[in-house]
Order: sequence, then C-alpha cells, then structure tokens
Amino acid sequence: MTKTAPCSSARTIAVAKELERVMRLDRGRLIAILAAGLRDLSLAEEVLQEAAISALGHWGRAGLPTSPQGWLLQVARRKAIDRLRRDKRSKLHAETLAILAADDVAPTDDDIPDHRLRLIFACCHPALETKSRVALTLRTVCGLTTPEIARAFLDNSTTMGQRLSRAKAKIAAAGISFAVPEPEFWDARLDAVLTTIYLIFTTGYIAAPDESRDLCHEAEYLMRLIDQLRPDDPEIEGALAMMLLIGARRAARIGPDGASLPPAEQNRSLWDNARIAEGRTILARAVERRKAGPFQIKAAIADCQMADTGPDWPQIAALYGALWTHEPTPVVALNHGVALAEAGELKTALALVESLESQLPNYQPWHAASAALHAMSGDHKKAAAAYRQAIATAPGEAEALFLKKRLAKLAH
Amino acid sequence: MQYMLLIYNDPASEPAYGTPEFKEMMGGYFAANEQMKADGVIVSGEGLQGVETATSLRIKAGKTETMDGPFAETREHLGGYYVIDVPDLDAALKYAALIPSAHFGTVEVRPLMNYNPAG
Repeated sequence: MTKTAPCSSARTIAVAKELERVMRLDRGRLIAILAAGLRDLSLAEEVLQEAAISALGHWGRAGLPTSPQGWLLQVARRKAIDRLRRDKRSKLHAETLAILAADDVAPTDDDIPDHRLRLIFACCHPALETKSRVALTLRTVCGLTTPEIARAFLDNSTTMGQRLSRAKAKIAAAGISFAVPEPEFWDARLDAVLTTIYLIFTTGYIAAPDESRDLCHEAEYLMRLIDQLRPDDPEIEGALAMMLLIGARRAARIGPDGASLPPAEQNRSLWDNARIAEGRTILARAVERRKAGPFQIKAAIADCQMADTGPDWPQIAALYGALWTHEPTPVVALNHGVALAEAGELKTALALVESLESQLPNYQPWHAASAALHAMSGDHKKAAAAYRQAIATAPGEAEALFLKKRLAKLAH
Repeated sequence: MQYMLLIYNDPASEPAYGTPEFKEMMGGYFAANEQMKADGVIVSGEGLQGVETATSLRIKAGKTETMDGPFAETREHLGGYYVIDVPDLDAALKYAALIPSAHFGTVEVRPLMNYNPAG
C-alpha cells in the first residue's frame, strides 16, 4: 500500500509532461480541426482546454491512450456537442451537430488531418484588422500566450485579450470560413497571409534580443509550415527565401557601437551562411516556376544586397522597378529612388524622391532617404536638415545612432 | 448565412445618366442580378431614391422630431441593398464584387442577425 503513493505521483508527473508536450506540439493542429468543424475559434480553444484537464485525470488512472492527440480530439468534440446542445442560441444547425456526433471515433495519429492551412487563412482574413491577424495567428497557430503576444507588441495583456476576443467573435459572426480560398481569391488571400507572417518577422527583427519568444523564429516556423502544406507555390517560396536571406544578416545588423548598419557595411563573418545558401536555393526554385510575384522580387533584392563584391545597385534598382508593377506604392518608389542613387543615377533619383514628399508626409524613411541623397549630391545644408528630421522620428535607438553618425560625418 | 450588401455611393462620382458609362453600370447591375438569381442566392434587393428625398425621425424626451435629410451628412450615401443567402463571408464578398458601384463607391457586407437559431 505504501508503495502506490510514490508510484501514482510519478505517473501523474509523467502524464502531465506528456500532455504538456502534446499540447505544445499539436495544439495548432488540434485547434485547426476543431475550428473547421465548429466554425468557432473560441469554442474550439475552450473545449480543447477542457479536454486537456480531463486528460490529466483519465490518463493518470488508465495510462496513456494509443493516440493522445486522437483522445483529446474526441473528448473535445464531445464537450463541444454537449455545450451546443445546452446552448439554445447556438448558431449551429441540428445537422452540423449530427455530423459532429457521427464523427465520434478517436482517430489514430495517422488519421488526424492537418487543417492548419485553413486555420491560417481564417486568422489572416483581410476582413480582420492587420494587428488582429498577427495576434490571432501567433495565438492559435504558434500557441503563444496572450501575455507573450502583448509583450511583443508593447501592449498590456487585457487590451491584447480584448483584441483577440473581438477577432474571434468576428470570425464566428461574419461567417469567415475555415477553408483554403477558391482559386479566384487565392493570390489576394495568400498575399494577406504572407504579409501577416512577414509582419511577425519584422516585429521580431527589430525587437530587443531578450524577448522570451523570438518572433523571427515563429515567423520562420509559420512560413516553413505553409511551404510544406502547399508546396510548389512560387510566392510562398519567395517569402520564405526573403525571410531566410534577411534573417541571415540579423547578427550583423547592429555594429559594436550600437548603431544599425546597412548590409554594405556589415561584418560579413557574422552572416549565417547556411541560411543564405538555403534562401538562395529556395529562391532559384521559385524563379524557375516562371510566375513572378512581389515576394520573389523582394527576396531577389535581399539577395543582391549580399553579392560578393557588395550590393549590386543597378540590379537592385531594376528589381524595384519590377516590384513597382506589382505594388505601385510610394514606399516602393522611394526604395527605387535610393537604389537608383546608389547605382549612380543621382539626378533621376533626387527628382523621384522629391516628387514623393507629398505622398509620404511625416514618413521617417523618406527623410532618411532624402538626407542620404542630398549628402551624395554635396548639398550638406539640405542633408543636415533632413538628417535631423529623420533622427527625431527614428524608430529605434540603433537607427537614430546610425543617422547621427552620418550627420556628424557631414560636418567634417 | 444571410448577408446584406449595403451599397454606398457618392452621387458626384457616379456615371451621369445618358453616358456610355451609365449604360455600362446599368448593364453591370443587370448582370449581377441575373447571376444572383441564377445561383439561387438572392433574397431581396432594392435601389433607393436619392437622399434629397430622405426624411429622418427621432424621439427625444417623448417628442417626435422630424427632419429633412439623411441620418448622416456624408459624401457617400446608402443607395440600395441586396440580401443574399450564401455559405460564408468569402461567397458574400464574391457577390459584393459583382456590384458595379464597388468601382466608384463602397459595398459594406454585414451578416443578418439570426433570430431562429434552431434552423
């Protein structure tokens, strides 16, 4: 009798550990399946949580099931059905309930379908606000907690929690489906997904290195996941390649004095060569499919920044010109102007950048670009004024320091 | 699910009556109607007369106030609507994109409230 106590507590610990492992690795997959059936993310999350609590007790008594994921799925489904039957206001029709109930077999691991692509498309639906798309994707697909997401965006947990609830409520009420979009919507919807993931990446890229959850890592995980779930799509490959190529420079982004550095001035020995090689291979594969798109072009620009003899500016300028045909925005035009100036076409570049002033009011990168171009053309007075403007609104300390150094250089 | 497609237009940027663009717009509305009928999704749809014909009413402290004009003085006015019955938001957006006014105005897509959840 005395022997059972330590034995059962050891078992409880083992069960809790296994449950924790399954929930960490497969939460997104389980949520995706539940949400696709229930058309309700909040409900999917709640019943999965309840199933996890039941699992602790059951597994502790009866031992681990053959497929813990299948067990959780079955129990979560039953809990959802119970709730929906109780809830008179439930929007689910009787037949949906019947379908859910008919599905009541614990699937084995091999039978569990991967519906995460559908979940990602729902979370990144353009009917949701951009920031909500980012938060929802991190919460449901990556499994970050609400406080973790709030920290990454310098929000408080309550505000972030409210944002997540509103987004989930809109998905349910507006009838956003958990489905991969039809071909006629594919390009636009995919662009929303890739842009959302890229936003997660850039947020991580400029974040302080002591963040508990590295958003660059989460973004890379998401991009690889989509590439794996929908292989052979050149834009997905382009976006993944771009992220790997830019991510490869992360350690070299800030110099020893704390100022940010453009790729041309970075310490190349700090670049991640494995990432560069993988990014280039994936980009080459994408380009071979002969269906150009904005993310492939941006990946090619990132690649040209790292050419062996320094940035290939004429090529970068040509690529921005090509990008303009896909994304005719003043921001793309501004980058085109900077590349033209670096490629030696300073006059054209100055005219282009100056023509953009009214379209980009109070846009910090415009002031920084204008400063650099005036400095190149020898107009130190205009350059200094623009540098001061750019420094005042710099997005971070490293960026401000970089601009201050440039400004100081003018004086001498 | 039922959705209302609310059509907002700025009358100033609408094609003028009698121009080829106006004819094209009317053709577009006709085609959209036919498509919604053929797909069996249309529940109802009407165009509204201009805001100069609008009368607004509200009751304040038990007193009825009647006013000339629309609820909100905006550049874009509610000009008409469709109610359609489709499986999800993406399908509703597909029909919203068929409405010619989307080219020069805005189509707002709103799910109807479901009063009979038992279905």
